[in-house]
Amino acid sequence: MGGVMVDASVAVAHVASGRAPLLKAVAITKKFGDFAANVSIDLDLYPAEIHALLGENGAGKSTLVKIIYGLIQPTEGDLIWQGQKVVLAGPSHARELGIGMVFQHFSLFENLTVAENVALGLPPDEPFAKIKARIVDVSTRFGLPLEPDRDVWRLSVGERQRIEIVRTLMQEPKLLILDEPTAVLTPQEADQLFIVLERLKSEGRAILYISHKLDEVKRLCDTATILRGGKKVAACNPREETAASLARMMVGSDIGEVKAAPSHTVGNARLVVKDLSVAPEDPHGVKLRNISLEVKGGEVFGVAGVAGNGQDEFFAVLSGETLTADNGKIVIDGHGAGELSISQRRLLGAAFVPEERLGHATVPRMPLSDNALLTGYDSPDMVRHSFILKNAMLSVVDRVTKAFDVRKAKRDPEAVSLSGGNLQKFVVGREILREPGVLVVCQPTWGVDAGAAAVIRQALIDLAARGSAVLVISQDLDELREISDRVAVMFRGGLSEPIAIAKADRETLGMLMGGSAVEQAEKEVAHAGA
Amino acid sequence: MLVLERRAERSVTAALVSPLVAIALTLVTMAVVFALLGKNPGTVLYVYFIEPLFDSYSLEEIVVKATPLVLIGVGLALCYHANVWNIGAEGQFLIGAVCGSWLAVKTNGADAGPWVLWAMLALGAVGGALYALIPALCKTKFGASEILTSLMLVYVADLVLDYLVRGPWRDPKGFNFPTTAAFDDNATVPILIEGSRVHLGALLALVAVVGAWLLLSRTIKGFEINVVGAAPRAARFAGFDANKLTIFTFMVSGALAGLAGIVEVAGPVGRLQPAISPGYGFTAIIVAFLGRLNPIGILIAGLFLALTFIGGELAQISIKLPLDVTRVCQGILLFYVLACDSLILYRIRWVQGRRATDAAH
Repeated sequence: MGGVMVDASVAVAHVASGRAPLLKAVAITKKFGDFAANVSIDLDLYPAEIHALLGENGAGKSTLVKIIYGLIQPTEGDLIWQGQKVVLAGPSHARELGIGMVFQHFSLFENLTVAENVALGLPPDEPFAKIKARIVDVSTRFGLPLEPDRDVWRLSVGERQRIEIVRTLMQEPKLLILDEPTAVLTPQEADQLFIVLERLKSEGRAILYISHKLDEVKRLCDTATILRGGKKVAACNPREETAASLARMMVGSDIGEVKAAPSHTVGNARLVVKDLSVAPEDPHGVKLRNISLEVKGGEVFGVAGVAGNGQDEFFAVLSGETLTADNGKIVIDGHGAGELSISQRRLLGAAFVPEERLGHATVPRMPLSDNALLTGYDSPDMVRHSFILKNAMLSVVDRVTKAFDVRKAKRDPEAVSLSGGNLQKFVVGREILREPGVLVVCQPTWGVDAGAAAVIRQALIDLAARGSAVLVISQDLDELREISDRVAVMFRGGLSEPIAIAKADRETLGMLMGGSAVEQAEKEVAHAGA
Repeated sequence: MLVLERRAERSVTAALVSPLVAIALTLVTMAVVFALLGKNPGTVLYVYFIEPLFDSYSLEEIVVKATPLVLIGVGLALCYHANVWNIGAEGQFLIGAVCGSWLAVKTNGADAGPWVLWAMLALGAVGGALYALIPALCKTKFGASEILTSLMLVYVADLVLDYLVRGPWRDPKGFNFPTTAAFDDNATVPILIEGSRVHLGALLALVAVVGAWLLLSRTIKGFEINVVGAAPRAARFAGFDANKLTIFTFMVSGALAGLAGIVEVAGPVGRLQPAISPGYGFTAIIVAFLGRLNPIGILIAGLFLALTFIGGELAQISIKLPLDVTRVCQGILLFYVLACDSLILYRIRWVQGRRATDAAH
């Protein structure tokens, strides 16, 4: 492949512009025991440039980034910061130099407020009131609205990410590292973030941007370094590549496209929600208002929407983690289920996949076999006379592993030891292998690599093709357009009328997601009047 | 400098070694304490931990002391697995003793038949369970911390017992000593080894160990206990009711503590009196943790802590050490057990030079 040539041309461009790299990583190697996570990787990051770091899960991106942020020491190789060789003593040292990082998994204290969380990352001598003022200042300056006094546990994933970004920006970094930042954002939120990033770039900062979303890398990034199996396999200008050529470099071969389902008939409604209104348990939660929908057998029904518009509450009500007062408000395969527990709903043939893989969908420190039991214990094959059957649990793990290509170090590892993509394949596979009549899944490919995402989406489409009703709650519009037959949008606890996917273009959905459909209609009326 | 590194998976070796390391560190610390008290540490450690093992009377007494520790510790382990912090086993032990003794006092001298003992054991277990229900309900209904409520109820139980033996249940022929009359044979636990004080309770403790081990490792209820303790949100997703489980574990551990209480008064003590427990309910907390909350481990830990009681008594007699030294020893042991537990999830590594300590970011 032409990786080397492209590499040279990029280098030439920089020599021509006469700029020196802000950070130069030279021949970075990192070994964990016998396993080499990074092998002799070079990386040059220039001011006023957005640099993409691409690679599948396990390609070594996280390791490289952790080295640059001082979280781990390289086994060999050097970091050269503004021409000076540095040995990073730790993240605080990296921050002192001007390296900031926004992690994919947030490290926020849920019981503290936004401002308190931010204050924890800052030097202790700054008065708290001043920190609050700076939060408001930075968040308005970059268009990332935040209320400093809200408790973090009440916030959606999208809002939590804003805290991480704002708190990093408050340290005025010269180099900003972002790990999969758009994984939880809607197109509009992502667009907003891109404006922020372009602005940071124009201020002369360097940005290292880790992503699986090749379209946005093409749109946003000036250069890209591609890792595979711990090695740097190519450096290129992503704007001169196609998404397919980038994907090929990442995976090393062509990745399977998600195939449309074979033609199948759409049957009767298997999941019905009738005029459902639920007050939240949490006083800061979202009230669900008059939600109605019907998901038919053979159909994938998408629920789009910006994070924090009631999706979590809606999922909890559908799953039975929150009960409704009226049994008839939720109907699963003809049975009123509003007052049934999650176990009873599973016995009706429903299955659920929540958004959080660790701690909600699985017990992190328990082996996969126990996590198979977690949602499968009410079916008779894993529990007999209240004794658990370990072999049956292990065979479920084996079947999921085989059907969904779950990659793991041993037969039955702890859930927490799997990578995000592999754990998600396990969590989705665990439910799909039970052949549920109704599947409700929230953010099925959140923070998952392209390969795993394709497997999961295909499995959802195929499940629907076999006659099941599949409800997908997702903030990823591309995903919903790829797999859904109809889409409705959630906004402030209400659900729009469903739209056939052919008519659901980005603009229409975007407008519904911003809640501007009503305003828009009013405007049109006004125009017609004028 | 030393750094703690998180392990990718829980270490099985460390889980087995950690209690042994804790014991070793306790012995070293105790040697220092003995030296400060002006005693020869070698001699004292020998009297404390070795001498009892070569004397059949002491060995039997170890079993007698281990019986309530294991019974209570097994119940506490169920609670702690579920993240339910029952600190009041001592109170449940006393109330169990009181409830069972009621029947013994009522039938005293009436030659009522062998059913009395079994009814007493049942009453003891039920009494302990109902007493444990109080903090359980306070937690599930009002969100009151079970740590505080269960602990405070210990003192209530203590005073109830005290009132009864000084007042209504006092032995009329007892020269005004605060005790009930000695229990009838029908109200006394049978002795297992002739000439010793080893009684039926030891068998009950073994049954409890096996039962709890089966429950925790083989049944769906045990799985539920573990999931609720490890990941409450995942437990709710699975369909497990954390409130029901709080009540279940509290009542089971209360029943076992209550059973230990009535077995103790109907066995080695032989009557109800104020000082029936040298703090079994509290020592059992150490037993539960030293045994890694594993029933088999608790059996071994119970025997070890019983050894400290016996060794303490011997040391008091032969070296004139105060009995409080035993409490100090047990406290230090708990401290080290909890400290060493971090080695299961973390490894210690020696690194050169300045290193980050703020692993959060």
